[in-house]
Amino acid sequence: MSEDYEMMCGIEIHQQLDTKKLFCSCDSHLCDDGQGAYFRRLRPTTSEMGEVDRAALAQFQRHSGYRYQCCKGTTCLVELDEEPPHDVNPDAMQIALTFSEMLGANIIDEIHFMRKIVVDGSNTSGFQRTALIATDGSVDVGDRKISILSVCLEEDAARKVETTKNDEVLYRLDRLGIPLIEVATGPDMRTPEEVMEVAYRLGTLLRATRRVKRGIGTIRQDLNISIPGGARIELKGVGELKMIPDYVRNEVNRQRMLIRIKGILNDRGVQPAEFEPVDVTDIFADCESKVIKGALDDKGRVIAVRLPGFAGIMNGDNKTLRLGSEMAQRARTKGVKGIFHSDELPNYGIEQSYVDRLREFLGMTGEHDAFVICAAREKKATDALEAAVVRANEALVGVPEETRDPLPDGTTKYSRPLPGAARMYPETDVPPTPITDERMQDIRDNMPEFPEQIEARLVNDYGINAQQARQIVRQSNDELFEKIAADRAMAPVAATMFLNTYGELEHDGIDVGVFTDDAILGVFAMLKEGRFAKEALPALLREMAVGTSAEDAIKKLGLEAMDSDEAAKVIEQIVNERADFVRSKGMGAIGPLMGPVMGALRGKVDGKQANELLTAAIKKLLG
Amino acid sequence: MYSESLSKTLESLGAVEGTRLSVSRDGRTYVGTLMPHHAFSGPDIIILKMKSGYNVGVRITDSTEISVLEAPVERVKPETEVEFKKGLPKLVLIGTGGTIASYVDYRTGAVHPALSTSDMVNAVPEVREIANIDAKVLFSIFSENMNVEHWQALAKAVADEINDGADGIIIPHGTDTMGYTAAALSFMLGDVTKPVVLVGAQRSSDRPSSDASSNLMACARFCRAGKAGVYVVMHDTPGDDSFAVHFGTRVRKMHTSRRDAFHSINALPVAHLDKDGKITFNTELPDASDERAVASTDMERACVLLQYYPGMDPALFEDIFMRSKGVVIAGSGLGHVNENMIPLIRRACDNGTVVVMTSQCLNGRTNLNVYNTGRDMLNAGVVTVYDMLPETAYVKLMWALANSSSLEEARDVMRVPLANELSDRRTIDE
Repeated sequence: MSEDYEMMCGIEIHQQLDTKKLFCSCDSHLCDDGQGAYFRRLRPTTSEMGEVDRAALAQFQRHSGYRYQCCKGTTCLVELDEEPPHDVNPDAMQIALTFSEMLGANIIDEIHFMRKIVVDGSNTSGFQRTALIATDGSVDVGDRKISILSVCLEEDAARKVETTKNDEVLYRLDRLGIPLIEVATGPDMRTPEEVMEVAYRLGTLLRATRRVKRGIGTIRQDLNISIPGGARIELKGVGELKMIPDYVRNEVNRQRMLIRIKGILNDRGVQPAEFEPVDVTDIFADCESKVIKGALDDKGRVIAVRLPGFAGIMNGDNKTLRLGSEMAQRARTKGVKGIFHSDELPNYGIEQSYVDRLREFLGMTGEHDAFVICAAREKKATDALEAAVVRANEALVGVPEETRDPLPDGTTKYSRPLPGAARMYPETDVPPTPITDERMQDIRDNMPEFPEQIEARLVNDYGINAQQARQIVRQSNDELFEKIAADRAMAPVAATMFLNTYGELEHDGIDVGVFTDDAILGVFAMLKEGRFAKEALPALLREMAVGTSAEDAIKKLGLEAMDSDEAAKVIEQIVNERADFVRSKGMGAIGPLMGPVMGALRGKVDGKQANELLTAAIKKLLG
Repeated sequence: MYSESLSKTLESLGAVEGTRLSVSRDGRTYVGTLMPHHAFSGPDIIILKMKSGYNVGVRITDSTEISVLEAPVERVKPETEVEFKKGLPKLVLIGTGGTIASYVDYRTGAVHPALSTSDMVNAVPEVREIANIDAKVLFSIFSENMNVEHWQALAKAVADEINDGADGIIIPHGTDTMGYTAAALSFMLGDVTKPVVLVGAQRSSDRPSSDASSNLMACARFCRAGKAGVYVVMHDTPGDDSFAVHFGTRVRKMHTSRRDAFHSINALPVAHLDKDGKITFNTELPDASDERAVASTDMERACVLLQYYPGMDPALFEDIFMRSKGVVIAGSGLGHVNENMIPLIRRACDNGTVVVMTSQCLNGRTNLNVYNTGRDMLNAGVVTVYDMLPETAYVKLMWALANSSSLEEARDVMRVPLANELSDRRTIDE
């Protein structure tokens, strides 16, 4: 592979379809409540060699099991794995084929559903049903052609509700079986911004089918990021597209940092550290550190491990080398709050004297010798330190392949090792779907509008500008816009709102995703009735963003529109107060006076009407 | 089935299931392992398993180029020796096939109905903590293909194993006709002195969610309890935490697909087990003993099971009634048929056919004294068997006709409980 690039990234998008479920005729919305708690266990199945994986079996025997809640209208015996799947939902298949065609992908001649083994309980069957629909498509973003490796049609998983005190995981079945399109690009993206643009483009294309679900949780993006000399990192479940460049940049930097650390360790000739935990509780018996005191009070121990050669890279070079935080993330997967390593001590209430005594006790004499300690119950602390040491030793090799979770600040944290190749078997309960030339011709003859076509139509039909149209389509607000703009007078107002007002609100940290289509339609209905003036729209939306209804927001903000008589009086008063100025300027006073007039009326009448009333008042004064 | 030309093409290439192929047409290429042809696939379609794990159906046309990349890799399963543990009972597992024994062929990914019985036990290694299991395969068939000869062979095999020292017999069985087989074994084995337990699964063993392993565990635990008789063990609820033990003559599959499809009819399940193996008995059961088992496997094959329905035309059934040795009718309600059937029934009885009345209500007891039709049927010679299941009555009639010295004795045997198949009392909680 050529290495004349800084980074490479591919995207995988999972988008829920707005149809009934994939293998039964249940509704596909989420429910607030679930009923029942059916107990199940999922057994690791025998391997290719007819053997059971011992580790998986031990896990099965330790784990108590899963419970499943049903929901009215959205679950039936199919979700409970008490009835075989029905035929694949033809609408969902049609949408997947249409979307594949939009990407110019090669559609499989005869589609076969598979069982992808998943034994975490999120599928009652122990597998996810998935079918490859098409391969080798592409999508143009900017001047680059991004390859599409595959389009799949699959079922969504059950939702985790909680882990009970019996260590049983409770799932709700409402989401299980909702059809998903999974689209995967090649690792073709070369800049953080490009990754975001491709995600936007694919999202816009998916929504152009007009048959996908919208709203929180209905679309999920996974990123695969690597850099030369680094490793493939899967970042699972990025929600906010605008954050993508941050995630990508931070991951690139993290991998560069790990490559630097590898270089330093290799230069030092560091060998993998032996995991030899030592109980050093006695040294810390009267330590004032809150963490250590708390752990000791809870029958905990302080355990230490030597890390010869690792000094200065766990937290060093002005905090640009941070292997320590990687180690801590691994340690936390074992249930501890954290670990302390020698690069960060003395600190956190652990004074130098303790560090010195520990160094002496551990016999640390080498220039780069380091240690890591953990205070918790003995087993937990030891397990956590073992995970930390494993992570430290991985730094000698470079960047470990991992699945990572996105954090709200644009960074990521360790989640689990990258899953191995999926075990897939044929779903023998679902007959194959032949894709005939006639069916594909029919799909080609009835293709949905592409985003560009929608934009052009919005410009043409509603007189808005291209930038507004582009933003409306990108936000996936085109259907809503068209509803509002059915009254042509509202078209420019809505366009301004979607482009400018939404932009300002988002800039101020307000999530415009909270406005439902119905809420926005309601706002425009009130605007048309003259309940408030369009100038008040931004203030109104700000108020609604915190949960106030439009009705209450109008009252709270005092936006009730004035009738024109009342407004005329206010304006007349302003004109009279400035009678000299008006006489000196004549009709030229209109411009300078619009400011004070609009200030006094504050959104209670719209600008055009205010202008007319002001003109009339000046004319009257001038006689 | 492949089309003739596609079959020839594959044959000439030497391509068989498991061969890795490259297939190109119109500028696209698929590389993968050749899979078995699906029964519903087009005749011009071959199925390839791609590197990603996905199967795709590829249409082969005149312009398609196929090349063989690699011959199939043969894998040999290692044989595992199992040690017998001292102090544990010896259970013999006699495989018959069915969903519980279905498995995926990992080379091709196809599902086959023939997991070996020892594979089935190996898939549930914890069952070896409960008992020493000796696994044997008698048949590998789905239960809808099970026939009277299979019942006979099975009963003989069970008796042989018991006489060979088995402490209990586990019979994995397809669920569709498991109730019939259980009834047949109940009559053929008579007062069998060891637990003989049929067990099935509603989800095949290759699925992580299969009920096979938990049913098998419950079955082994019940066997260890040392109660004699023929039973069926299956899920009691949709959850994997509750199992029911049924008399072999009282149990019926009451749902096409649910895990808790099996119900005792006109009786409580004899026992329940929870997920940790705790057994709660509802019925006192005989303890196992060391007496020899005897299989009386003769069956009168000229028997039929009919469901009465409005509009049943006696003319259409003339031959069936007159040429059968035994007819079981699942009548309406308390055990009725249209009065226009009665002359035919009378002639059949007079001709030496044993006509047995059960109810298609399944729940409750027949009673032919209440209405005129019933009294007329009794006068015609019908034998009513009270709360016996129609299927059980059918199996029992075959057995009774073959194992009685006279028609009169067979008619009497039908009305006497031999294996808990009928009782005089039914309670409100059943």
